[in-house]
Amino acid sequence: MSKEAPIDRAAVLHVAKLARLTVSDAEADALTRDMQSILAYVKKLDELDVAKVPATSHAVHLETLLRPDEPRPCMPLEKVIANSPERIGDGFGVPKIIE
Amino acid sequence: MDLANLSAHELADQLKSGKVSSVEATSACLQRLEKTAGLGAYLHVDANGAKKQAAEADARRAKKQSAGPLDGVPIALKDIFLTEGLPTTCASRILEGFVAPYDGTAVRKLKEAGTVLLGKLNMDEFAMGSSNEHSGYLPAKNPWDATRVPGGSSGGSAVAVAAGSCFATLGTDTGGSIRQPAALTGIVGLKPTYGRVSRYGVIAFASSLDQVGPMTKDVTDCANMLQAIAGHDPRDSTSSTEKVPSYTETLEKGVQGLKVGVPKEYFIDGMDPEVRASVDAALESYKKLGATLVDVSLPHTDYGIAVYYLVATAEASSNLARFDGVRYGKRVDPGKGLLDMYLETRGKGFGPEVKRRIMLGTYALSAGYYDAYYVKAQKVRTLVAQDFKEAFAKCDVIVTPTTPTPAFKLGENTGDPIKMYLADVFTVAVNLAGLPGLSLPCGFSKSGLPIGMQVLGRPFDEATILRTARAFEREHDFSARRAIS
Amino acid sequence: MSNDIEFEPVIGLEVHAQLSTKTKLFCGCSTAFGAPPNTNVCEVCTGMPGVLPVLNAQAVELAVRAGLGLHCTVHERSQWSRKNYFYPDLPKGYQISQYDKPICTGGKLDIEVDGQTMTVGITRIHMEEDAGKNVHDDLVAGARSYVDFNRSSVPLIEIVSEPDIRSSAQAAAYMKAMRQLLRYLGVCDGNMEEGSLRCDANVSVRPKGTEKFGTRAEIKNINSFRFVQQAIDYEIERQSELIRAGGKVVQETRLWDSQAKSTRSMRSKEEAHDYRYFPEPDLPDLVLRDGFVAEVGKRLPELPSDKLTRYTSKLGLSPYDAKILTEDAEVAAFFDAALATHKNTKSIANWVINEVLRELKGNSVESLKFKGDAIGELVKLIDDSTISGKIAKDVLVELMAHGGSPRAIVDSKGWVQVTDTGAIEPIVDQVLAANAESVEKYKAGKTNVIGFLVGLVMKESKGKANPAMVNELLKKKMGG
Repeated sequence: MSKEAPIDRAAVLHVAKLARLTVSDAEADALTRDMQSILAYVKKLDELDVAKVPATSHAVHLETLLRPDEPRPCMPLEKVIANSPERIGDGFGVPKIIE
Repeated sequence: MDLANLSAHELADQLKSGKVSSVEATSACLQRLEKTAGLGAYLHVDANGAKKQAAEADARRAKKQSAGPLDGVPIALKDIFLTEGLPTTCASRILEGFVAPYDGTAVRKLKEAGTVLLGKLNMDEFAMGSSNEHSGYLPAKNPWDATRVPGGSSGGSAVAVAAGSCFATLGTDTGGSIRQPAALTGIVGLKPTYGRVSRYGVIAFASSLDQVGPMTKDVTDCANMLQAIAGHDPRDSTSSTEKVPSYTETLEKGVQGLKVGVPKEYFIDGMDPEVRASVDAALESYKKLGATLVDVSLPHTDYGIAVYYLVATAEASSNLARFDGVRYGKRVDPGKGLLDMYLETRGKGFGPEVKRRIMLGTYALSAGYYDAYYVKAQKVRTLVAQDFKEAFAKCDVIVTPTTPTPAFKLGENTGDPIKMYLADVFTVAVNLAGLPGLSLPCGFSKSGLPIGMQVLGRPFDEATILRTARAFEREHDFSARRAIS
Repeated sequence: MSNDIEFEPVIGLEVHAQLSTKTKLFCGCSTAFGAPPNTNVCEVCTGMPGVLPVLNAQAVELAVRAGLGLHCTVHERSQWSRKNYFYPDLPKGYQISQYDKPICTGGKLDIEVDGQTMTVGITRIHMEEDAGKNVHDDLVAGARSYVDFNRSSVPLIEIVSEPDIRSSAQAAAYMKAMRQLLRYLGVCDGNMEEGSLRCDANVSVRPKGTEKFGTRAEIKNINSFRFVQQAIDYEIERQSELIRAGGKVVQETRLWDSQAKSTRSMRSKEEAHDYRYFPEPDLPDLVLRDGFVAEVGKRLPELPSDKLTRYTSKLGLSPYDAKILTEDAEVAAFFDAALATHKNTKSIANWVINEVLRELKGNSVESLKFKGDAIGELVKLIDDSTISGKIAKDVLVELMAHGGSPRAIVDSKGWVQVTDTGAIEPIVDQVLAANAESVEKYKAGKTNVIGFLVGLVMKESKGKANPAMVNELLKKKMGG
């Protein structure tokens, strides 16, 4: 696990942007403090030697589930778009995207 | 006796004999709901819809077309379940006003079983919390002592069942979110084996840990609810094709000859002495009932919380990315382009605990930290799962306390995230290993707070867990006590 | 660096091919192109809360087919991962893709450039879902954009090549060969205009004769053979100029702008480059059941190179004809179908190449109102003297316009060749009587006038008389 210094405020702000979250100054302070203490806590995993242990991403054995390539009725447009914050034509409106 | 204090199967008997109607039972719940509104169990009540469904259930019964033990039984659902045509917010402001466009699989199955849906229940926002204080709307309060938390994240569900404002409910459990609130409110809560119940139509928190399960007034109700929702779902690739047994058939078989494992790591210094005494007494009780107690060891227990908070937050940071203000939910757009719309929508829409966890998860997955945090946690997860495998070679079930203490005070743990996280210390390992676990009341503190114990089992062996729990329940009156009379 | 230094480009291509399935990768919505916005969508492919993916079996079959066609190792176990980034066309905030453990690795594709054959290595093939589409339609959206999720979760494979390509011409040849192969395999329809096939190019340059790779730029959004060449040429030039001027190439994503005929930096992509890949918890590993790969192998259609060899060596076609017929999977299938109906290789090849393909003027054979077997039937009608070659061309015109069967057309139009002497004789007599001068010439030894006389009889019979028979009769009557 990381030997670096615990996460600092700048790193917190970087992660916040990566996660698309605005954080106020006060929130940034609190998050820095909380994340530092949580990361210090999880450091206890360093006590274990897991070099040869496989990682578990599914705890229970699962078979591959395959679906036949048969069309199912789609959801009616009005239902799909009913919760949309901004409807433009039959699409979901967003601020103009410039590539 | 007030109808609202019946268990679901007691109600079912009365519905069957024609003593009461579903419409009457529904009114009883709605009255109880009004009387206990201060407990904050519900986020949305659909009184008209419920009355209509109750009338339909009564009509079915009149025509002798009743669907089974749940037909006409009023229930409510944690607001994490998609319910077509009803608000579904996951107790988050970011989903304010969202109306579900489809029914989840468990919801559909309960509808097919004839249940009456009273409304949607309070919870910690996006199921992240152990006290229900992280609801984006209002905290829920413990019906045994309204100055205390009901636990979380399925806090509203626990309150509704314990207070009698519904007969049974479903919760979801990612690290203890069914069992911990069940323990703190004196009800029965079961987290089935991962894959036993479909997750389709349940808002995901941590996909590899989340599991849907019943929260009920007693073990029989729990078995009936599980029977209704268990099974493979072609819409959930992680749902198991393992055959579903009859849970009620073996329910009364007792524990004669059963080996009950007792893991020393779950009986720690500094745990509440009343909790310890209650669980010890319960173990004695099992001995008397013919079970053998076996010492087992789960040596990686102490790492559970650390693993859990890395794995769960990593998955959550990805699962919650869809709440971006584009297709549904609340949007905050300062009019400065796409990036600001994302930042503001998510920054304002999510509460502090959800943000904290998204941040931690994003960090654990980010370039340069992935191996050190996420992969490492998944490796230790393997060790935690191995512990159980070895333990279950020696015993049939494992009994532990569900929580280290009875319900704590509102506000007691909100300042310190780690202290709050440790409320799940006895429950998270089961999720990491994908195993089934049930909490049932095993005593009360001197101050009258319920104490819960946990019965854990082998993968897909819910039947043995249920009969172990039922054997204890039959000998004691803890499940029969009601918080509200 | 010196101004006259020569640079050599190093190019790798990432081809994105849409798998030819009826439904999407993770839900049962249709993949049909051109539907009105947001009509081929459901809760799953719009990323509603609570939804889960379920894998399309046919997509797996097609990915395996592509792997076998490209001589890859197909892995019994592969894994799904989430690629996390925010964009309005990405409904879940992550794309389900394969990362560490893709379904296929280590293959090759032979290509031909300027008559030379070369091999391009294939690094890997992985499966993934497509995103939706951000639409910037001023009429509808004004100063906003809107999102259409019809494409969202359409199944793709990404085929990543080794950096073996050294020129834009090779890159274009690679794309063409790839398209041809995928169409043959039925993996992808190869329609570049509809976006079924597109590619990104990783381009770097290094001083000629050196080993070390230069810093590469990734060029996105290339959707035609012409653009592959143009974009790479532009990029080679840009990087070379930059280095000659003392600058440095930066590793970045660039967008090909086909209007401006240039590439430009995509800063939007740069800042969010941390995709935070992790195993997709909603999907178990993709485990191919025992024997599945072998079964797919058995179902694998004949590959273009094998077909070419068969046409020249077994069917005896000229390399030139064989190449034309195998260029396109549909044409080859059309030809094979014709040949299955009637075994006259040479004649059918001529009809397909010189008549059908010419009439098509570049349109696909799929747009025809008839199938290959009709051409087989047509040639058979010529060969068994039911119709003449001239009438056959009229039948083709009829087929082009209305479809149908050649036999039925010939019958209904009454074009069946007249082989009955009794029916032809009166016409012959009539022509001989009206052309006494020619008869004299013939008798005087100018036997070539017979051609003129045959023509007249044919014209009189509206093309239906059997020319050989007319010839015979004329000779007999004129005493030749």
